[in-house]
Amino acid sequence: MGLSNQSTGAGVLESELRFVQRTAPDEKIIALAGNPNVGKSTVFNKLTGLKQHTGNWPGKTVSNAQGKYQRKGKNFIMVDIPGTYSLMANSPEEAVARDFVCFGSPDATLIVTDATCLERNLNLVLQTLEIAGKVVVCVNLMDEAKRKGINIDIKSLSRHLGVPVIPTSAQSKQGLDELMDAVYEVTSQQESAVPLQITYDEAIEQAVKILQPKIQELVADKVNNRWVALKLLDGDPAILKSLNAHLGFSLMDNPELTGLLDMASQHLAANGIQPALLRDRIAARLVHLAEEISSSAVAFENKRYNRTDRKIDSVITSRIFGIPIMLALLSLVFWITITGANIPSAIIADFLFGIEPKLTAFLVQAGSPAWLHGILVLGMYRTLAWVVSVMLPPMAIFFPLFTLLEDLGYLPRVAFNLDNFFKKACAHGKQALTMCMGFGCNAAGVIGCRIIDSPRERLIATLTNVFVPCNGRFPTLIVISTIFVGGTAGGAFSSLASTLALTSIVLLGILMTLLVARILSKTILKGLPSSFTLELPPYRKPQIGSIIVRSIFDRTIFVLGRAVAIAAPAGIVLWLMANITTGDISLLTYSASLLDPFGRLLGMDGYIIMAFVLGLPANEIVVPIMIMSYMASGSIMELDSLEELRVLLVSHGWTWLTGVCVMLFSLMHFPCGTTLLTIKKETQSLKWTLASFAIPTAAGIIVCFLVANGVRLLGLI
Amino acid sequence: MNNNPYIPLSYLSIGQKAKVKTLTSDGSMRRRMLDLGLIAETIVEALHKSPSGDPTAYSIRGAVIALRAEEAGKIIVEVN
Repeated sequence: MGLSNQSTGAGVLESELRFVQRTAPDEKIIALAGNPNVGKSTVFNKLTGLKQHTGNWPGKTVSNAQGKYQRKGKNFIMVDIPGTYSLMANSPEEAVARDFVCFGSPDATLIVTDATCLERNLNLVLQTLEIAGKVVVCVNLMDEAKRKGINIDIKSLSRHLGVPVIPTSAQSKQGLDELMDAVYEVTSQQESAVPLQITYDEAIEQAVKILQPKIQELVADKVNNRWVALKLLDGDPAILKSLNAHLGFSLMDNPELTGLLDMASQHLAANGIQPALLRDRIAARLVHLAEEISSSAVAFENKRYNRTDRKIDSVITSRIFGIPIMLALLSLVFWITITGANIPSAIIADFLFGIEPKLTAFLVQAGSPAWLHGILVLGMYRTLAWVVSVMLPPMAIFFPLFTLLEDLGYLPRVAFNLDNFFKKACAHGKQALTMCMGFGCNAAGVIGCRIIDSPRERLIATLTNVFVPCNGRFPTLIVISTIFVGGTAGGAFSSLASTLALTSIVLLGILMTLLVARILSKTILKGLPSSFTLELPPYRKPQIGSIIVRSIFDRTIFVLGRAVAIAAPAGIVLWLMANITTGDISLLTYSASLLDPFGRLLGMDGYIIMAFVLGLPANEIVVPIMIMSYMASGSIMELDSLEELRVLLVSHGWTWLTGVCVMLFSLMHFPCGTTLLTIKKETQSLKWTLASFAIPTAAGIIVCFLVANGVRLLGLI
Repeated sequence: MNNNPYIPLSYLSIGQKAKVKTLTSDGSMRRRMLDLGLIAETIVEALHKSPSGDPTAYSIRGAVIALRAEEAGKIIVEVN
């Protein structure tokens, strides 16, 4: 089972960014580049007014957002390319970034850098200068640098690099006007300032000179010919492929050029520079140059400027406290969510179900037939009311808390703490980051897997992402654990018990991820762990206001919107199923009874299994479907508190075992429709998409079967 | 303790600093190390280990980078 580029999604990535559509001929396309975690997305959002999600860890920009802004009457399209450290294309993300800067023909490239870590960021700046002429460098996070006593001589930096350099603090909108002006200037000028020309050893320069005239003749102005010469000498096949695709012909088909290339390579070899050494020399030159520039432009008032960060790290990644702190934080987030969500949930339900009689009265007055009232009010409106009242409060609490941890810079530390477990499962430590994204949304987590370089490990992370419960499933888990675990414990311990249950479910999900990753590594995805490097970025002071705005508006409203959009038609379908009868039983009861024996085998019933199946478009609607189908089969009609929900469920034969099995199956079953489509897109393979469907479903069936029948055999229920 | 000043980076004790001498990796791993700025004469400091002892976080040119023992073992450093 070979893992070609094609089967692991690199193919689709390469073509993804190539074309950006101008809507008017005078629009300017700006590529927004930068290392991960330098506030690139913040710059993007502030300039374009879009609300792209940002976070303090590598790999946040996973899909390539485009936004527009106007400056002095001119229109700009800004393309946010993935954050990378290098354009040498070690990973699919880097290939996307490089291809866009090299071949996407942007009118200018804006590189965002981190003022607190400038030297490291200059590597990317220098690499970009080798390719693109029109470059603006944005030195972001100036406020943080100031706090840390790091002084940056912007003028000196600009003089060294030969391009405009603008200091900004994007979060507080400082320097953005100047930044837009600089981009405007650069794109308006015919001739831009002369950027720094990076020169290498004598022999390398001579080799480049051998090739340059012929390349100039072949490629004209399509690509920087000096850069092409260097890449030909380097001989990286991936870059050659992209280059040929861009040019529309193969450079190496030109016998004259290949002859010159042989000559140049021999010249290098005669000077003791073999291809591998050439690469080292080029990389070393860039690093030295970055060091030189940074030492003349950056002054540290305090050599130990990041001592606080190191102190925090030494506690939260320590042998004794590392894992316990992680578990405690996770539990704390759940506990706050569970205890905080109850009351608002009841208030919203009261309000929404209070409107229902008015809707009914209105429809009756308008003379609508009973079936229309049934579809609209009893079907659609009720399902919607349930989705909103059950989902909104936990999300509105959970998301800001999680975003807070993200913004602080805690998540890369989680990956650091857990890497060894992933290594033992022959998976990649960065998978922990993609799992964190999965808590938000599994589809996002799957796209996030692009940060993993090795195709094999990326596929493992993709196939197992669904073992992390996404926010669509959290409300289900929270409601069920509150009713059946918390409720069973009772009294003061109830929220503690449900927190514990929720934390255990998440831990089980992590355990299953590792187990499945290991099984995959030993069977169909054999291989050893590939190389692993992970940056632990500086801790950042979170912006509470922006956290709340972002997590409520970007995430909560988005997820809720999706749930509502799917719940409305689902409510109608459900009502129809409950009211269309064959013989004397409804379609709903009939289907549920078909599934019932299978459901019982797994500790659940036919209605529950059907809710999961009908919930395929979105996990958010699984509980509402259960409620609707139980209510449609006629026991209670009004439902406005968790207690009543408990009564409803118990009256349909639920026990604590049913609750546990529903939680387990919610954790482990097929991904939702969106996630499946995303997996298909990312893997470019129907086979792996089917595997991503089958693996968690099989795991869920096995675990539920064992738990249900184990408990029954032991006579615990 | 022997007096050989050249050791793999993975043997460096926490809190110790050393100078990079050579990389023994090749291909994409070598490239990645070079991109991190791990070229000859670069000063590297071992900062802390993760709870299970691996990976280890290193200070490299102002950034904190975690490397697994496998990667760090392919970086030869000189301890003074």
